[in-house]
Amino acid sequence: MNIKKILPQLLTLLVVILIFGFFSYNAQVNMENRGITFGYGFLSQESSFDVQFSLIEFDGSHSYFRAYLVGLLNTILVSVIGIIFATIIGVVVGIARLSNNYLINRTAGVYVEFFRNIPLLLQIFFWYFAALRALPLPQDTEPMFGVFFLTIKGFFVPAFVWNNLDIFIYSIIAAIISIIFVRIYARKKQENDGIQTPVLSISIGLLLILPILSFLIGGVDASVEIPVIKQLSQSGFTYEGGIKLPPELISLALALSLYTATFIAECVRAGVQGVSKGQKEAAASIGLTPNQVLKLVIMPQALRIIIPPTTNQYLNLTKNSSLAAAIAYPDLVLVFAGTALMQTGRAIEIVSITMLTYLSLSISISIFMNWYNKKIAIKEK
Amino acid sequence: MNKLNFLQPDKNNLNTYLYTGVILVALSIFIVFLNSFFNKDIISFLPGSISFFLPLILGFIGLHLIRIDYSGLKFLDKVNKNINTNNFNAFLSLLIVFVIIKSLPPLLSWFILDANIAGDSKDVCTGSGACWTYIKIWFNRFMYGMYPNAEQWRINLSFIALAFLGTIGFFATEKFKKYLTLYYVVVYPVIAFFFIFFFISGGPIFFDFSYGIIAAVISIIIGFFIPSKFKMYYFIIVPITLYILLKYVFFYEELIELGKLEALEWVETGAWGGLSLTFIVSFFCLIFCFPIGLFLSLGRRSDFPIIKYFSIGMIEFWRGVPLITVLFMSSVMFPMFLPEDMFIDKLVRVIIAISLFEAAYVAEVIRGGLQALPRGQYDAAKSLGMGYWKMHILVILPQALKLVIPGIANTFLALVKDTPLIFVVGLLEIVGMLNLAKTNPEWLGFAMEGYVFASVLFFIICYAMSKYSYNLEQKYKTER
Repeated sequence: MNIKKILPQLLTLLVVILIFGFFSYNAQVNMENRGITFGYGFLSQESSFDVQFSLIEFDGSHSYFRAYLVGLLNTILVSVIGIIFATIIGVVVGIARLSNNYLINRTAGVYVEFFRNIPLLLQIFFWYFAALRALPLPQDTEPMFGVFFLTIKGFFVPAFVWNNLDIFIYSIIAAIISIIFVRIYARKKQENDGIQTPVLSISIGLLLILPILSFLIGGVDASVEIPVIKQLSQSGFTYEGGIKLPPELISLALALSLYTATFIAECVRAGVQGVSKGQKEAAASIGLTPNQVLKLVIMPQALRIIIPPTTNQYLNLTKNSSLAAAIAYPDLVLVFAGTALMQTGRAIEIVSITMLTYLSLSISISIFMNWYNKKIAIKEK
Repeated sequence: MNKLNFLQPDKNNLNTYLYTGVILVALSIFIVFLNSFFNKDIISFLPGSISFFLPLILGFIGLHLIRIDYSGLKFLDKVNKNINTNNFNAFLSLLIVFVIIKSLPPLLSWFILDANIAGDSKDVCTGSGACWTYIKIWFNRFMYGMYPNAEQWRINLSFIALAFLGTIGFFATEKFKKYLTLYYVVVYPVIAFFFIFFFISGGPIFFDFSYGIIAAVISIIIGFFIPSKFKMYYFIIVPITLYILLKYVFFYEELIELGKLEALEWVETGAWGGLSLTFIVSFFCLIFCFPIGLFLSLGRRSDFPIIKYFSIGMIEFWRGVPLITVLFMSSVMFPMFLPEDMFIDKLVRVIIAISLFEAAYVAEVIRGGLQALPRGQYDAAKSLGMGYWKMHILVILPQALKLVIPGIANTFLALVKDTPLIFVVGLLEIVGMLNLAKTNPEWLGFAMEGYVFASVLFFIICYAMSKYSYNLEQKYKTER
């Protein structure tokens, strides 16, 4: 240990401590002046505001902590919807980018260049303020397939009314667990005897049969509730029954998935192009069929390149969902860092909780990704 | 040989297949074209679903018939190879062509044919198309925000001057080339900072700036006649003396107060806005986030544990939170951390917040480049007796940065696309201005035009940037 090694570190430490000390001293003085004491006790206080759209029951009599949960659940909801659609669109477009058909290739290319070069916020505004405002009023709406109603007030879809829903869910869980066992068994069998088991058809069969059994034996029963138009006032109409997806949710999910899909498409393209041509030729020359080449040689190697950046994109999508605040979709930022902050005035506590939520989400995913990367890394000599 | 299989086109009857196929494809496109451009359905005598699918079926058969391998016709082979390799591809190609033909007329009529641009009020927009009059009337606001109309030449002048100063590198002679990096990394940002912060904001603070400029110019001109022996002392002493003389002896402020000189009007940052604010914010964040990111990435690979973990903490923190919460923090939480009487301008706070945020991303990109360099480069540099800084500046960074040009360009693109988020703190750049204009009672109902206009602008800016980065990447590509 010499002075040259210790000095820069001590200096950094000193600067950091000084800055933090300065900030926390000022914060203390400021809070004293305003008569606020630091603490998280306000979370159990009664919040006296209402939220337009929430997955769990919420009104003014519930606590601020429940408001936090409402926001968090809404964030998760829009993220999950966005991730599903972004993946579907992204994979399709990414494969289209690889097509040797000039028209398909160019169309996919134009889509990618166009949607990723326009700010996400602008896209959200476009869908919310321009595109969805052009939809008809509830009373003028033509139903799609007789049961879906796309109106300016939101998208009304039929809801399922369940009896014994828990048994149905258990049956699906049981199906998934047994599929995992089948896969393990199939792999063992292939390693020992070299015989392949038709895992895919068995899995689909299990996923179909077990829930159907639950209907037949378990007493599960489902009926569909179709939205029905209802007059509120002279010219005000709405739909009752079914599920209402508010326009905020639709435009946000639409913009997020169209925007993120462009990045996922590029990941997919890079992944498939990253597998060297020799691999494909080698696989074909040992007599594998084209399907086997794709399944056993190309995809495992391509997925290794595709998955890490795609997870990153999922994370970006989740973080970008905070733009919801701009169009008043009640997500974590709007409900908690917006409304709750305005009401309580506890800037430091609320902003820190919001940031910590996102931070713990992304750090846990990046830890998982590091583990995953290590696991799938090709072990070279 | 199965001669009965007449559906399988072969080369022997090339002309028959070719003509039939081309006629069928042309017919199908013609039907769709008529339908879409002239609203005439010439096959309406057929039952509903057949008349709907007929063009697709005709075109599909036509494409099937002209799919002849090695026909000897260059054009035909090219078409087959590119859009017609198999049935599925042919089907998709047809579908895309039809969708394009179908969607052209409504788009054309909205954008051009039925659109209005003449006049200067809402009343002229009677057509079903876009109302470009709205954009025309609000153009100044979309570009300059609430900046006073009479003072907008200041923004234009600063941008032109900065663009000119930025391109100076292309005209530099061989003698000055080695100073170019220094110029772009140190001198240019400083000039740009003073230009924008003092020239565009104007007011009393501008005079400090103009004294400085005058002092610098005079001292540089005189400097040519000073023997090189004393040059160093001269350039330290004279500009400062001149500056003090100008400020405290010649009393420009008094002249202005007496009305003998005209002052630049003070424009507060709250009035800045529109596309120019987008440029200002992204420009400064770009300048600041790069060096911060560079130091963070070096810190992350440092041997000193405290610096290393500090860098990791910084990078992971900023990368883990959404930008909107960072802006929330800078607007509602940050003032709590400052002394009561200390006030930092909103724009400055935003620029600091975005710079720190993007710096974390830049740091990760640069780290990728540093990791990609083979160990041999470090070892070779060390064996030549280079220290840490010399090794990095002369050997490591030039190679690493070259490798990460696309990544850095992507980060900068993300930065430009993130600037609209500053609406959170109440600064209105172009998207914010659009939302403001949209709610103006005299101009209700033109949201679409505004967003399309901004989308086109952003697309041009970002697309140009990404193409430029691609060129840069090609230019600096070195074979290993």
